Amino acid sequence: MAISDDVLVIGGGLAGMTSALAAAEEGVRVRLLSYKKSTLRNASGLIDLLGYADGGIVADPFEAIPALHEGHPYERVGVERVREGLDLFDESVGASYLGGHTDRNALVPTYGGTVKPTARYPVSTAAGLASDARPVLLLGFEALSAFDAPLAAEHLRAAGVPFDVRGVSIEFPKRFRADATAMRFARALDRDEPADDADIGTRAALVEEIKDHLDGAERVGVPALLGDEDPEEVRGTLESGLGVDVFEVPMGPPSLPGLRLEDRLYDALDDAGVRVRTGNPVVEFDPDDGYITTVYTDRNGQHVPFEAEEIVLATGGLVGKGVKSDRQAVYEPVFDCHVPHPEDRYEWFRDGAFDDHPFARFGVSVDRDLRPLDADGGVEYENLRAAGSVLGGYDLAAEKSGSGVSIATGYAAGRAAGECA
Amino acid sequence: MRVTPRGFDTEFDPAQVFDDPTEMDLRPGADNCYKCSTCDTSCPVAEVDDDFPGPKFQGPEQWRLKKGDDRDIDPSITDCSNCMRCDNVCPSSVPLSQMHNTARGEYVEGQAPSLWSAEDALADGEFREALSYLRGVPSELSIEFVRNRVLSNYGTMAGLGSEVPRLTNLVMGSRVTKWVNDRFFGITAERDFPEFATQTFREWWRERGGPKVESADKRVAYFHGDYSNYNTPEVAKAMVRVYEFFGYEVRVPTQRCSGTPMFANGMLRDARRAAAVNISNLSDFVDRGYDVIASCTSCSMALGQEYPELFDIEGTQEVSTHTYEALEYLRIHEDLEDELRDADVEFPDLAYHAPCHARNQGLDRQAVELFGELDSLEVEDVGDSCSGISGTYGWKTEKYDTSMQIGEEMFEHMHDATGETGLTECPTCAMQMGHGTGYEIRHPLEVVEAALVDQ
Repeated sequence: MAISDDVLVIGGGLAGMTSALAAAEEGVRVRLLSYKKSTLRNASGLIDLLGYADGGIVADPFEAIPALHEGHPYERVGVERVREGLDLFDESVGASYLGGHTDRNALVPTYGGTVKPTARYPVSTAAGLASDARPVLLLGFEALSAFDAPLAAEHLRAAGVPFDVRGVSIEFPKRFRADATAMRFARALDRDEPADDADIGTRAALVEEIKDHLDGAERVGVPALLGDEDPEEVRGTLESGLGVDVFEVPMGPPSLPGLRLEDRLYDALDDAGVRVRTGNPVVEFDPDDGYITTVYTDRNGQHVPFEAEEIVLATGGLVGKGVKSDRQAVYEPVFDCHVPHPEDRYEWFRDGAFDDHPFARFGVSVDRDLRPLDADGGVEYENLRAAGSVLGGYDLAAEKSGSGVSIATGYAAGRAAGECA
Repeated sequence: MRVTPRGFDTEFDPAQVFDDPTEMDLRPGADNCYKCSTCDTSCPVAEVDDDFPGPKFQGPEQWRLKKGDDRDIDPSITDCSNCMRCDNVCPSSVPLSQMHNTARGEYVEGQAPSLWSAEDALADGEFREALSYLRGVPSELSIEFVRNRVLSNYGTMAGLGSEVPRLTNLVMGSRVTKWVNDRFFGITAERDFPEFATQTFREWWRERGGPKVESADKRVAYFHGDYSNYNTPEVAKAMVRVYEFFGYEVRVPTQRCSGTPMFANGMLRDARRAAAVNISNLSDFVDRGYDVIASCTSCSMALGQEYPELFDIEGTQEVSTHTYEALEYLRIHEDLEDELRDADVEFPDLAYHAPCHARNQGLDRQAVELFGELDSLEVEDVGDSCSGISGTYGWKTEKYDTSMQIGEEMFEHMHDATGETGLTECPTCAMQMGHGTGYEIRHPLEVVEAALVDQ
């Protein structure tokens, strides 16, 4: 016996969750196996589709996608699946995300002071879009060194944004230990904890402090820490106190917008009846005549069996450890799917840090049904599909296509698995 | 033919750079930490206590600091509740709880070195040596140390108390006892001491004449733990009846506490002694083809993860790989879902809380998933917050407020849930759930028993 379902999705990131949701739409029983808690808390929360192609910025990803080279994940699934995947995402996150009204990319300021082309953005970042001409005040907090507001403002000016932008650093109205993360600030605002030097809450104290610096700014950008439980209420309080729009600038880990997205998608999984199991990696499997019948998770040497008709591999790329390497080879650790790469490891990279590195494109190659291919171009396993950054053939960091590929291929793989199961 | 891909065979082999290699080389773990702080964001203590430096400091950072110069373990290690949530979120597989347990053990070792040495000498029969150590003991011992040692050896106390359960319940429940405990020993008076059953599980088992089912191929050894022996024998009885329903031969080996409260209090020598007894007895059964079943998720965590991480006793790994949580084992070997689907159960609606230690084993959604099959019963998950009690932690006077602050979210969600009876696998989470809501708290095995056996 084994713990039994129709579709098994391995990997709890954006691709895995989208796969599970898409498969569940087909009315089958779906289980999501994730080694660790979702790493979306390390993500900005922005949903990039295609920001750059052929070295240039992309205005309309849907125009650019059909021109991508053969083997690119978008080429594999086709532009229609990209649209359907995004529809599923929009449905799952509801009003908490914007950008679905147009095919064109939005330009969102980042905490480094660059402007990022992205397809969907949290509603909390909306007032910050770079296409807006209203003057901006960027606000940083002394205790949170990850966001240097004056420097970010300078970078935005250098990037030629069509609005006035200033940056100032202030003290957060409540002091925390020196290494406090954005989470701590968010919690203080969630609960409106009392400010240190006044008889008012942190929200009101923050409004008072910001007021002194407004000086004609019509919108205020702060690092993304405006509440974890109830970000819209926190932001609303600041906006009504200041009389101007307030927006969040997405930050690095631990990222509140990433955590909020994780919560929304987990709610969607629960609503869809997806069974989630977190905490143990998949380490073994039973192949049978070209099919995978059972996979085993490991808990300190003890193996627990899970069986399903169809399997989706969504374990991530080089960062997520879904693709690994040693001095000899690059490999996919769960099913040992073929990962094309040069034999000589000195050909895996180029010399300059920002050169066009081959390793950035390492990953499994797939047919148009997203089934991983072996070294001879044959299907590895009939009932195995791959999605997200375990796929090769694209450079997600250079293209700004990570989230979009996860959603599009996750959707396509999940739907196909659901239909076949 | 099962396939093990090569990815997990590659072990990182660090160069030896320190003069004095410790028993456990935790360097690969410390090296794996890339400071993303995900562990800090999931720590329930850090969430309510701004002075607590968090798991990243307690684990890899403290380990490095200690190696660099001759620093002592920071006392804040005793504020860690050993919920082990950090293990479950680390994207880089740093063995955080192992580092915390090791550091806490070292800290507590330093609190009473003479006592530990005297006990070791006694155990070796070196009476004169023991005596020489004992002279140093009085100046070293603190009330806090004694309190923690008593709390972490709950099983020994319970063994005495349950000899005269009614009297013990009367004494422990009295306001005078509580006041004295709180005032002089730092055991909070806010909580009601758990009542002892008038008949322990093991007494019941003997009276019953042992197993009612014998089988050559379906055989399990039951690790009941202290709590379901002394306090909630109905859980242990449910385990026996459910397993016998499925045709298993159940044996109940002689056992001591799993060690969970000892790890949490840094009493590693006590834990090691208990573990040695458990491993020796359980591995006898494993050798004869039995799997070990635990109904308490902290016990299965101790046997499955903490033993192999902390001890090198012979047979540890063997016992570890053969130890299962009770419901998961049935899911693997029986069609439990199918059985439950057709069952009609008379049981109150339930508000389920997943214990942190169940979460860490990947079992946090199991109960709700399984009982979702039952039409006659509603089970709601009250969310992923920690109950806050973490075994003996919430019993300490100075930790009580922190414990209740952590639990607040769970209490709220329990009140919001339809069911007015709680459900959880962990006996101390159950205490906290009952303490915060006044609800009666049941165990998933009792639901399965009601659905399948009592029909």
